[in-house]
Amino acid sequence: MTAMLNVKDLRAYYGQVQALHGLSFSLNEGSLTTLLGANGAGKTTTLRAICNMVRSTGAIEFEGAPLGSRSTESIVRLGIAHVPQGRGTFTTMTVEENLQLGAISRKDKAGIVSDIERMYAHFPVLKERYAQQAGTLSGGEQQMLAVARALMLRPRLMLLDEPSFGLAPLIVRDLFKILGKINREDKVTILVVEQNAQLALELADQAYVIETGRIVMSGNAKEIANNEDVRKSYLGY
Amino acid sequence: MELFTNQVLAGIATGAIYACMALAVVMIYQAIDHLNFAQGEMAMFSTFISWQLMQWGIPYWWAFLMTLVISFAGGILIERLLFKPLAKAPILTNVAGFIALFAIVNSVAGLTWDFTIKQYPTPFGSSPFLGSQLISTHQAGMIGVTLLMLIGLYLFFQFTRIGLAMRAAAALPESARLVGINTSWMIALGWGMASAIGAVAGILIAPVVFLEPNMMGGVLVYGFAAAVLGGLTSPLGAVVGGFLVGVFENLAGTYIPGVGNELKLPIALALIITVLVFKPAGLFGRAIVKRV
Repeated sequence: MTAMLNVKDLRAYYGQVQALHGLSFSLNEGSLTTLLGANGAGKTTTLRAICNMVRSTGAIEFEGAPLGSRSTESIVRLGIAHVPQGRGTFTTMTVEENLQLGAISRKDKAGIVSDIERMYAHFPVLKERYAQQAGTLSGGEQQMLAVARALMLRPRLMLLDEPSFGLAPLIVRDLFKILGKINREDKVTILVVEQNAQLALELADQAYVIETGRIVMSGNAKEIANNEDVRKSYLGY
Repeated sequence: MELFTNQVLAGIATGAIYACMALAVVMIYQAIDHLNFAQGEMAMFSTFISWQLMQWGIPYWWAFLMTLVISFAGGILIERLLFKPLAKAPILTNVAGFIALFAIVNSVAGLTWDFTIKQYPTPFGSSPFLGSQLISTHQAGMIGVTLLMLIGLYLFFQFTRIGLAMRAAAALPESARLVGINTSWMIALGWGMASAIGAVAGILIAPVVFLEPNMMGGVLVYGFAAAVLGGLTSPLGAVVGGFLVGVFENLAGTYIPGVGNELKLPIALALIITVLVFKPAGLFGRAIVKRV
């Protein structure tokens, strides 16, 4: 397996404050990796740095090519879909318009139409609500929509920032099942940031644990989940 | 009763112009969160361009179309050169930029075409419309052209991908970038379209207020009043606000004793203040809540 995303010595800054202190990690093609850590550890910042949404230094390579100082939108167009914290739903637009926006950088009209149908098959509730304003959807439905919108890009890599946030446990289970399916069937490499460590480790095959802007642990998700010390000190369950 | 109908219809005709100006202001406000104080001057300059083209012998509608294209390009150019570099600057810097643009455009127009008042032609004529004394053909033309343009804009924003991308960029810039939209170009496009919409307003109102560098001053104040009344966050509100302000202005001038023509402008200002005090978000706008 080759590394799809390679991050080396990533440092990120908010004004004068440094949030990441030299992070290095890599994602294998086809893998489902989770990035764990407490509040303020730098998980969101890591995702934002990959998409050049925060000032950072270090080297990020995607499929062998450096991202350099590319703009956010051109990084996305390379095939990196980012579902941000808070979902970033276009609340005043309809569900279907949200899906079309996900595919706005694509030119193949027929492919877009069939992908929208495919999303409705993945997430039947979106089909029921296709003409509704996205802001009227429940939290869980909006998260489904955010994932579907990201998939409309036909991404090679999908970054998800705390998809479980604010959702009922049952809905989170559903959502994670769908993520696993997308990873296996659509061959999308996934990096998911989570606070819900237990669930994320069940889903993922690789895991990284970060603390105050540094990676403190990495490895196979099963091993990390079974390691008593890790669980007590970093994952809190 | 005939006086009333007459004033309402005339109000709708000038209201159409206010609607255009308000829409242009709202489009830029949505994109960059600033009021374009120079919108009126840009429209005036466009009108002069069309006048110049006609002086060179180009027929009215060709000059009209060419002016739209030139204004569109000019709007984009102004954004790229002046306001893109100011995107992250404080509010006051931007305000200074708009005032500078206002002064520059006004002076350049005066320098090029001087400050004397010029006649401006209308392709519709000014005979009674359909034989009725209520409204002239030019007023009917103003309403007709504006409605056509508004329908065109609605279709563009509702049914084209680029219209969808522009709406997304204005609503949530960060999310728009995350689906791959170049929001910076969407802002420039918005400027181009606002500039072209202003050109339509200037060309349509010029036969009424006559062509000179200060022709749009009063019109823009009404445009602002319309935008505030309808809600600065709502394009639909701006258009409805434009027509309401036009009608209200005429009725107040006719029926409130002592108001007359001279006091019409303060009415627009009074309207702005009243709306801001009692319903700051306007009729169709949504309240803007900011986390601090």
